[in-house]
Amino acid sequence: MIEIENVSKTFTLHNQGGTVIHVMKGASVSVASGECVALTGASGAGKSTLMRMIYGNYRAASGRILVGGVDVSCAAPREIIALRRTVLGYVSQFLRVVPRVPTLDVVAEPLRAVGVSAQEAEVRATELLRQLNIPETLWGLSPTTFSGGEQQRVNIARGFAYPYPALLLDEPTASLDAHNREVVLSLIEDAKARGAAIVGIFHDEAARDRICDRVIDVTGFTPARAA
Amino acid sequence: MTPLLSVQDLSKMYGGHIGCKDVSFDLYPGEVMGIVGESGSGKSTLLNCMAGHLVPDAGQVVFDTRAEGPQDTVTMSEPERRMLGRTDWAFVHQHARDGLRMGVSAGGNVGERLMAVGARHYGDIRATATDWLERVEIDAGRIDDRPTTFSGGMQQRLQIARNLVTGPRLVFMDEPTGGLDVSVQARLLDLLRGLVRDMGLSAVIVTHDLAVVRLLADRLMVMKSGHVVEQGLTDQVLDDPQHGYTQLLVSSVLQV
Amino acid sequence: MTENAYNFAYLDEQTKRMIRRAILKGLAIPGYQVPFASREMPMPYGWGTGGVQVSAAVLTPEDRFKVIDQGADDTTNAVSIRSFFQRTAGVATTTHTQEATVIQTRHRIPEEPLNEGQILVYQVPIPEPLRFLEPRETETRKMHALEEYGLMHVKLYEDIARHGHIATAYAYPVKVEGRYVMDPSPIPKFDNPKMSGNAAIQLFGAGREQRIYALPPYTQVVSLDFEDHPFEASKADHPCGLCGADDSYLDEVIVDDAGGRMFVCSDTDFCDARQSAGFKGKDAA
Repeated sequence: MIEIENVSKTFTLHNQGGTVIHVMKGASVSVASGECVALTGASGAGKSTLMRMIYGNYRAASGRILVGGVDVSCAAPREIIALRRTVLGYVSQFLRVVPRVPTLDVVAEPLRAVGVSAQEAEVRATELLRQLNIPETLWGLSPTTFSGGEQQRVNIARGFAYPYPALLLDEPTASLDAHNREVVLSLIEDAKARGAAIVGIFHDEAARDRICDRVIDVTGFTPARAA
Repeated sequence: MTPLLSVQDLSKMYGGHIGCKDVSFDLYPGEVMGIVGESGSGKSTLLNCMAGHLVPDAGQVVFDTRAEGPQDTVTMSEPERRMLGRTDWAFVHQHARDGLRMGVSAGGNVGERLMAVGARHYGDIRATATDWLERVEIDAGRIDDRPTTFSGGMQQRLQIARNLVTGPRLVFMDEPTGGLDVSVQARLLDLLRGLVRDMGLSAVIVTHDLAVVRLLADRLMVMKSGHVVEQGLTDQVLDDPQHGYTQLLVSSVLQV
Repeated sequence: MTENAYNFAYLDEQTKRMIRRAILKGLAIPGYQVPFASREMPMPYGWGTGGVQVSAAVLTPEDRFKVIDQGADDTTNAVSIRSFFQRTAGVATTTHTQEATVIQTRHRIPEEPLNEGQILVYQVPIPEPLRFLEPRETETRKMHALEEYGLMHVKLYEDIARHGHIATAYAYPVKVEGRYVMDPSPIPKFDNPKMSGNAAIQLFGAGREQRIYALPPYTQVVSLDFEDHPFEASKADHPCGLCGADDSYLDEVIVDDAGGRMFVCSDTDFCDARQSAGFKGKDAA
């Protein structure tokens, strides 16, 4: 489902003397449907960078990144948008929403975007918010004012609203209590069971061990630093 | 799939000064494209050339018309272009006063485009206007009030209703949230997102506000001195800018 | 010297020629506003300088001239213009609609139907019907050229929204032969139907605005309206107090300090003719 072949990444800082920073080289990862792969490595090793490249958020310098048959590294914006709508989901650590939109609508939006009726989307959003223990009194409010943990759960609900066949998870269990952590882990397990290909970053080792089939240390893709 | 709008090598000079130069892109149905750049970068010139408000010196603006398929709107006859301007195209001005008739009631403002395409039943026109006022969250009780009595945010929403009432397929927006309070901006952004989604609109939005494009636009084009220096997926351009100017632009945004 | 110091009908022949060209163009394109080089006239703008120039351009020594102001032959404006042409053209004058060959009018169309060979000259203050909503002349001319008349209905929409019905009572916009939208000058909308299919030539002159437009005989003129608010040629719902006519346009006249009033025909010639024929209204002496 997700095929990463010989991908490299550089950042060119045009406003700082044109400094070129090589952050990744020769990255190759393959994730099949129903498989969950964890990316590991020290902070700054490039876990998030790789995730962002898969999502099309960062542009790869070379190599191929196939997600559901689409090469994200060279696809047109509209192809990536279509991919993100129906194939590739992403639960980031940060919630980015239009300020005054109610939580319920935030969670329902991915479904509305693919043409699901407002009513049907709301049913699914309600179900997820309830599962993730977001108090009903908050549903009508914008999540921008919520606590970190609540925002994280809204983000997860939003990421799981649509049954994407490929999922990227960036620290999905960070800042969650034991109970909610359990809910999230079972959501991930359900996604795996229905055949989703998952790439994740988990600092929570117990969670990683429970969910992931394989672990890939991205340190192997880090180019040797020039002295 | 046929692009809804295909711009090819569009150029406009102001004497020896470049307005915009060799701009090309395709916009597909349902896509929202943002154009960013500093004042004087040519983004408004480009928008006005596309919308037929300015005559470009060179290039094509091919629109996929309902009746006859792709047509170059630069060379089509003026009546045809103006007809597009009040049916399939919409233009939202930065200043609502430029896009509204301030001496005409809210209902008349919304109804004008309907009457322009032949609506002659007062009751139907009024019902449609009422419906649209509600869609842009203006109390239907204000239908007979003039826009001069509206707040800035309401005027802008009225302008949007007036533009969208004929179900256009392409909306040009020039700094639609400029000059509005931040809280009013958010409400307008949410409204626009909903309308774009529900009506399947395509839009070209000119702004210098990067936060606005991040929330509204699927794609982004960055302009500097009349040239397009970078374009791509909005979040990719903002999070991993390739061109020096874009890097400068992104890093210049004040954090709150 | 004094006898020949003035040209026939005041204007010099070159000016008349220019105005006649504009009139002919106007007749060829019914309802289209033709610009013309309006001259200074020996009266202020607003007193009918446009109408006077058109009349001067069409008058011939054989003509019989009638002037009405709000339907009346005997108001200051009517009397002044009539005597102006008496002096400068020496033409015969009349107050009888049937006898006149050229009738200059402000704000009315005579009640009696006009015939072929007659010319009705309207004094026009603002020839542009779209100006109310679109002040830019460049834009309104383009709108006429491209037949973009939606805005005209916005004006009528505003009327209904504000008053519950189309409250425009005079200068009610019309469409000529399905093409140009035209301001009929400030005649009451009661007179609008008389413009359509009229046997006479109708000429419109706006002096200050420098526009002439025209309706050739038997031109179709339709008043704009909405399907659910159709045009109505309304008048005060009374018979004439002097002649008893119930089908003529009426003026309301306050007759004492106690609020007493009467309604009388605004067309004085029409009313006089009826009274001479023995018709009597309830207020007739």
